[in-house]
Amino acid sequence: MDFALMGRVWVYFADAALVTVQISALAILLGLILGAVAALGSLSVKAYLRWPSRAYVSVFRGTPALIQLFLLYFGGPQVGIHLDPFEAGVIGLGVNIGAYMCESIRGAIISVDKGQVEAGRCLGMGHVQVMRKVILPQAARMMVRPLGVNSIALIKGSAIVSTISVLELSYTAHRYISSTYKPFEMFILASIFYLIIVSIFSYGVGKIDKRVSLEN
Amino acid sequence: MGLDFSIVPDYIDILIAGTLWTIALTILSIIFSVAGGVLFAILQLNRHAAVRRPVSFIAWLFMGTPLLLQLFLIYFGLVQIGLDLNAFVAGVIALSLHFAVYNSDIIKSAIVAVDKGQYEAARSLGLSQLQAMRKAIVPQAIANVTPALGNMMIALLKESSLVSVIGVMELTLSAQRAISDSFRPFEFYITAAAIYYVLNLGLEHGVRIAERRSARYR
Repeated sequence: MDFALMGRVWVYFADAALVTVQISALAILLGLILGAVAALGSLSVKAYLRWPSRAYVSVFRGTPALIQLFLLYFGGPQVGIHLDPFEAGVIGLGVNIGAYMCESIRGAIISVDKGQVEAGRCLGMGHVQVMRKVILPQAARMMVRPLGVNSIALIKGSAIVSTISVLELSYTAHRYISSTYKPFEMFILASIFYLIIVSIFSYGVGKIDKRVSLEN
Repeated sequence: MGLDFSIVPDYIDILIAGTLWTIALTILSIIFSVAGGVLFAILQLNRHAAVRRPVSFIAWLFMGTPLLLQLFLIYFGLVQIGLDLNAFVAGVIALSLHFAVYNSDIIKSAIVAVDKGQYEAARSLGLSQLQAMRKAIVPQAIANVTPALGNMMIALLKESSLVSVIGVMELTLSAQRAISDSFRPFEFYITAAAIYYVLNLGLEHGVRIAERRSARYR
């Protein structure tokens, strides 16, 4: 194990880790927005809202994220979408994770007792009002954990944007592996940063979950 | 540049070969990842901490890091220690290890979840330890794990696209080859996505059948 080398290059990994954090944070945000919209759409009584949402989830969960990313970045210019690697990374990852988040949000919403909806309707509330005042506050508590799991998967999955040359952790690790021929050292260095990011994130999610959960 | 899907059939051979490699890669990795998952689960339930701890550490390390990084480690790392594997073998090893770790988590909790009384009942009916395991615990544990393992298999199919970065000529890399020849990324990535989607539907269908069959033992 070449610790001297690790000591020399770790600052570059720290810089790259910040890029991983940025790209993940933006993609998670985009995924949450898309997931929420798609979840509401897929639960709508109107077929023209339901079908596009279902199709979105089915297509983006049914194909590899890598292919979606390549299609956006390399195929985009053919249909007039010109993005730099970072933008393509955020959009590609965000749109992909949005489909998974949609399922998490939808699952939380449909797990709210049906009697609650009926009670709300009996009290004279409209469909939207029941959703806003009765279902969502209860569902929100239940979606923290699954959305946290989706987000952690995204942080690790963000490694794929190294293939479109975003200078993040995995790209940096790959570059140093090829230039130093020290795969174990570089893997460990990058792993430390991934584990730090994931640990901090899951600590935060755990805190939020504990706060909003009704179990305590 | 407009879209022109009419050139796709010209590259049908390479796409079919790629699809077959993806299928082979996925099936082999599924088999090894389930076998590895069972092994890791048993080791992590071992009563000796000296056995349990290292396996749990590796599991923790592999669950917290990206598959892509593990792929680099295995492909370049094994070369460093003198094992010059071809890319396909390295890909199978990386995918199998990565998913074995997740599978072991699922299998471990499924074994623990089977009611202890079941084992005691089997023993008091005169079954040996091994028989009780085989006839009472394992069938119920299988019913418990099938849905979650099925999801992992579906994830594995999609993640197998990552091995294209170390040069395995599976579907994703085949599409890239067609693109570097034709300069038509959009058409070929859409085609590759469609093929993955169909493979995914097939696998999902298989998983659902397996779920229904195993639910009988519950």
